Amino acid sequence: MTAVYLNGELCELPAAATLEQAVREAGAPEGGRGVAVALDGEVVPRGDWAATPLREGQHVEVLQAVQGG
Amino acid sequence: MSLELAGRSFDSRLILGSGGFRNLEVMAEAVEASGAELATVAMRRVDPSAPGSILEVLEAAGCELLPNTAGCFTARDAVTTARLAREALGTDWVKLEVIGDDRTLLPDPAELLDAVETLVADGFTVLPYTSDDPVLARRLEDAGCVAVMPLGSPIGSGMGINNLYNLRLIVEAARVPVILDAGIGTASDATLAMEMGCDGVLLASAVSRAEDPAAMARAMRLAVEAGYQARRAGRIPKRLLAQASSPEEGVPELT
Repeated sequence: MTAVYLNGELCELPAAATLEQAVREAGAPEGGRGVAVALDGEVVPRGDWAATPLREGQHVEVLQAVQGG
Repeated sequence: MSLELAGRSFDSRLILGSGGFRNLEVMAEAVEASGAELATVAMRRVDPSAPGSILEVLEAAGCELLPNTAGCFTARDAVTTARLAREALGTDWVKLEVIGDDRTLLPDPAELLDAVETLVADGFTVLPYTSDDPVLARRLEDAGCVAVMPLGSPIGSGMGINNLYNLRLIVEAARVPVILDAGIGTASDATLAMEMGCDGVLLASAVSRAEDPAAMARAMRLAVEAGYQARRAGRIPKRLLAQASSPEEGVPELT
């Protein structure tokens, strides 16, 4: 298992989990439309999610547009 | 005459903030009534339990998205948030907010300018929410912002325009559009901003937290239009004493 902080909550993902799995786990809309991801504070483009492995203790933020401003 | 922003042309001079509406249905009605073509959105953690999609509602209303960096207190966080918004929404436009004080939500000028420099270099089209400081407005313009968006008064306060003098100095000096952002309470505030020479008005709470948001959205649409037309029409000067508008000749003697 790999434990990461997913939107602030400690989350157990399978070993060798990728960022794509974390995005799905966070409950993002199918296909990730309107979603963006930061891994340890750095933006990871959508096209790289599937090829980005997660390491223990990393911080994953999965964001979308909401009402505001 | 349309509002020119970064080479784009908008018929409406009212930009609507999407925050504070009770639900997406109320927001949709208000967006429609406002005639706005740009609406701000914030970037927040995905919430699978949240009903509906704000993107679909705004797109259906013909509104383009203007993501903001609300909630950021440092240039670093604001830059990352802008990059996340670009990735999520496919736009390099950003309403840049870097807050310096959580009680007044006033901007942090040093962090704001720092973020502007990074984002402009990174190809963003930056519309900064700024304090009503004419010197800072000039610095933001010099740094490559496509507009400056001074506050009238603190966000959500509804106090209107607190410093007409500063706003006038900003408008007179600006070579980019000036959009009054924050503090609008009611229609006359928006009209005054436009009469002062602002190129547009951005507001959220005045509409979203009104008793009848759609009705207030319509009022704001008319108020912005009225102020713009009045500014172009050229108002009469203020005088200390009366100046009769009826002829002074030909008055009969009746006693």
